Amino acid sequence: MMISRRVWVSLMGAAGLASASSGALAQETVKIGMILPLTGPFTPIGKQVEAGAKLYLSQIGGVVAGKKIEIVLRDDGGVPDATKRIATELVVNEKVNVLAGFGLTPLAMATAPIATQSKTPLVVMAAGTTAIVDASPFIARTSFTQAQSAATIADWAAKNGIKKVVTLVTDYAPGIDSEKFFSEPFKAAGGEVLAQLRAPLQNPDYAPFLQRVIDAKPDAIFVFVPAGVGAALMKQYVERGMDKSGIRLIGPGDITDDDLLNGYGDSALGVVTAHLYSANHPSAANKAYVEAFKKANNMRPNFMSLGGYDGMRLITEALKKTNGATDGPGLIAAMKGMSWESPRGPISIDPDTRDIVQNIYIRKVEKVDGELYNVEFETYPSVKDPARKK
Amino acid sequence: MLTILFDGVAYGMLLFVIACGLAITLGLMNFVNLAHGAFAMAGGYVAVVLANRYGVPFLLCLPLAFIASALIGLLLERTLYVRVYGKSHLDQVLFTIGLVFMSVAAVDYVMGSQQQFINLPEWLRGRIDIMGVGVGRYRLLIIVICGALTILLQSILSRSSFGAKLRASVDDARVARGLGIPVDRIFAITFAVGSGLAGLGGALGAEILGLDPTFPLKFMIYFLIVVTVGGTSGVTGPLVAALLLGVADVAGKYYVPQIGSFVIYTIMIVVLILRPQGLFARAR
Repeated sequence: MMISRRVWVSLMGAAGLASASSGALAQETVKIGMILPLTGPFTPIGKQVEAGAKLYLSQIGGVVAGKKIEIVLRDDGGVPDATKRIATELVVNEKVNVLAGFGLTPLAMATAPIATQSKTPLVVMAAGTTAIVDASPFIARTSFTQAQSAATIADWAAKNGIKKVVTLVTDYAPGIDSEKFFSEPFKAAGGEVLAQLRAPLQNPDYAPFLQRVIDAKPDAIFVFVPAGVGAALMKQYVERGMDKSGIRLIGPGDITDDDLLNGYGDSALGVVTAHLYSANHPSAANKAYVEAFKKANNMRPNFMSLGGYDGMRLITEALKKTNGATDGPGLIAAMKGMSWESPRGPISIDPDTRDIVQNIYIRKVEKVDGELYNVEFETYPSVKDPARKK
Repeated sequence: MLTILFDGVAYGMLLFVIACGLAITLGLMNFVNLAHGAFAMAGGYVAVVLANRYGVPFLLCLPLAFIASALIGLLLERTLYVRVYGKSHLDQVLFTIGLVFMSVAAVDYVMGSQQQFINLPEWLRGRIDIMGVGVGRYRLLIIVICGALTILLQSILSRSSFGAKLRASVDDARVARGLGIPVDRIFAITFAVGSGLAGLGGALGAEILGLDPTFPLKFMIYFLIVVTVGGTSGVTGPLVAALLLGVADVAGKYYVPQIGSFVIYTIMIVVLILRPQGLFARAR
């Protein structure tokens, strides 16, 4: 193109044209449109992701390949319609180069067509169902899939004397994913699933579900509920004396979220979960991360924060690889196959699926220096999304 | 089986305490107060802060939560609510739903968005066996407190002179004023008591329902169902409705988990078809 940049910009402005392919414009600033639930019931997710992303950006000084990185943060309140509208506005008006964030599966799904149409890379930093990365060839994920943790704990349970299990999940996509990807490998390993219970998303009282579990007399109850709800369930689990009657509580690590764990009190002690991250992960990288995170945010980082932290790293490293070129296909190609040492351990982006590959740890809640932590004691290395193996 | 019944009764009682304040403002004062859940949330947070930060014994937190919510209610009633009493129901709905959103944002700002957990004393945890029925201690406490409250409320409303004055003020404020009844003060007190009850329910419910800034929105539907099914002419209706719904919800989720969450809506629909004015209200 022979027209100088300044002319280009004024032309665009005068015509009031909104170019959908933001990459066409050479910019000094790379804009990352970050959409997160920062109000409403899913606020904790949004805040953790935001804090992680901002921490990474501040650590690299906000500049990559000679370009300033700018986060354009927007709140969707956890409503898919809003996410979609905001994403459109960010791509068309703000001309962001990358879309990022997405606290829940429906939010990412609603936005996927926009990523495809505008050829804008979309980095999923929190949502966890398998189907997301298939929704657009421009999606990459730095969070996790529900199946990674669910299938890992299934394998561990079957090998550790747990024969009969009742599953209890929240009745929405990640819950159903968890139920499925726990039950299938667990049955294949010789285990028995006595009942599969689904509780509604808005469920004030878990008493009837837990009573049903008690009456079924399993060795363990597999639980997936969104992090915030986990506390009520944990308390009732203890209130009913289930911990003493020998029904163990297992599940993906959402229920023993680092962010909330201390509020549970000692009732959480001994709960075994499988997950991608614990604030207690014994590595130098993680110690530095936890310290910097606490200093900047006055809260503990949880697994959601890693999605933001590593997501920002993925975007900036991809920019380095393209020497600052911001065209969508180039960026997403640069992201494929990238690997690095995260505070959660070694991770990589699968070049075929653009989904994250990471270690899943088996952890037990223990008291460390007077605080509750998920203490890791077994590692399943480089777990690909098990939902995709077949 | 009996455990399910017991759990359902406790849950219903909890709903009742939170909702009966609403039944009073809605039914007796003819005021649509959708912000009722915000007062419940206020009580819950007062109890959590007192118990966790200042180590106040849990049983003392409950009356304090009542008083705090009642005072907030009184303050808002005198400054804001009093201006919308005479307005249409639509204005009242818009006004109070605005209050809900303000309370959500304010609590989020001050306390953070995470779930709050209340430190219960050791003797309230766990369960005891009564003739083979597993009874949660905390739920037993709820039933005892709520049962006592119900009797107290009912006797105040139907037997005391305050109750008589209140009913007179509601039926015809002008005539009541003419008889020398301090209508404004009676409304203020009633509103404060209603808010206080919500606060008490919120404090009691924090353990079972959970507590975070979206509480008033999350549970609005439950309070409204209780009041709708029970009718708004007294406390008996909401009580029976809350118990019915509590037991049906718990039993439904236990026996038919696939459709468990719809049971209370089904009951609501059936009741409203048979008795559109609510279970115990007289037809108008």
